[in-house]
Amino acid sequence: MYDFPLPCPYSRVVFALLVINKAGGLIYNREFHPGLTKLSSNDLLILAGTFHGVHAITRNINPAGAPQVPGGNNPNLPPNPMSYQPTGIEVLESSNFRLQCFQTVTGTKFLLLTEPQQPNVDTTMRRIYELYSDFVMKNPFYTVEMPIRCEKFDRSLDGFVKIKS
Amino acid sequence: MSTPGLRYPSNRKSIYDRHLSRSKGAELSRASFAYLFVEMIGYAQRRVTGIADLEKRLNAQGYPIGLRLLDLLLYRTASSSSSSSSSLSASGPRPTRILPLLQFITTTLWRHLFGRPADALERSAASAQEYMVTDNEPLVNSYVSVPREMSSLNCAAFVAGIIEGVCDGAGFATQEVTAHWAGGQAEGTGGGGEGGAAAENMWPGRTIFLIRFKEEVVEREDMLEKAGR
Repeated sequence: MYDFPLPCPYSRVVFALLVINKAGGLIYNREFHPGLTKLSSNDLLILAGTFHGVHAITRNINPAGAPQVPGGNNPNLPPNPMSYQPTGIEVLESSNFRLQCFQTVTGTKFLLLTEPQQPNVDTTMRRIYELYSDFVMKNPFYTVEMPIRCEKFDRSLDGFVKIKS
Repeated sequence: MSTPGLRYPSNRKSIYDRHLSRSKGAELSRASFAYLFVEMIGYAQRRVTGIADLEKRLNAQGYPIGLRLLDLLLYRTASSSSSSSSSLSASGPRPTRILPLLQFITTTLWRHLFGRPADALERSAASAQEYMVTDNEPLVNSYVSVPREMSSLNCAAFVAGIIEGVCDGAGFATQEVTAHWAGGQAEGTGGGGEGGAAAENMWPGRTIFLIRFKEEVVEREDMLEKAGR
């Protein structure tokens, strides 16, 4: 066993959530637990933009000869957003954190920074997506693709992520 | 069929083909209401001059609903107990005094709209014309986060409009019905209820609907009181 660099007494922690819009802009950034070095807001924007670009490229890396989108070339069928689409990067891991990416069908990306051993990140992500669709998308004062400033979203995230971990 | 306008569901029955007393299966999905409410607020926000103006417009959107709901709900309460009533009129008794009217609002109307009664009904200590209905968590506000620069705005002004419609339709003219956040309530409007601060922490969205009747309504109430009716 080597010395594991645990930054805080918690063994399983959700560090932060980033939301990236369709165009690659950072629209939400929230730290739940300290542990990662704080990035400047400029660095966060660069991280969001870079991740967006890399994600777009990785989506296009497919095994040679693999079908592009099954049924996608059939002109008689309407485009189905739920049909198989190649995903880009889903997980990025380092020795200190794990970055899980979830992209919605409309192209919004949720990046969750957790401890490497954090279990059930999928469920957490799913719940965060639910909270987003409730308290952000159903909020009359939110303009899509713009930075998210919704008090109820913040509060419900706190209630969910902080209590859970 | 392809013309715009009223759209028919697949069984060709529109809402007008339903029996008025039928309330089963009339519940709407909360999400679809939330999205409709988003559009209603967006609509009301067009060319609006300020928060007061926006609240007035939301109020105006609710008003006709209140007028209609009064008749519909009275009709339904009557037909549910029609066997006992011998009167020929199809409609139930209209509230003729302030208290029955307010009880009608906090129970029958609230249950119909939100599936539960209102959380409190109080008479203002400051004025005999004012009554307060409290809702700890208005359904219309469940997904609404008001931006900081508009923090005094309460979108439950729409519900206030419905209340105003019910009062006016029942013959109790109101000066206005307004929705206020319980936290930002002015001191002058009367006793804010028991344990205000603790309740606010528990219910950050607590909303008070202030109903201000016109003077003649209170005068009539006093006369009826003296006459012992």
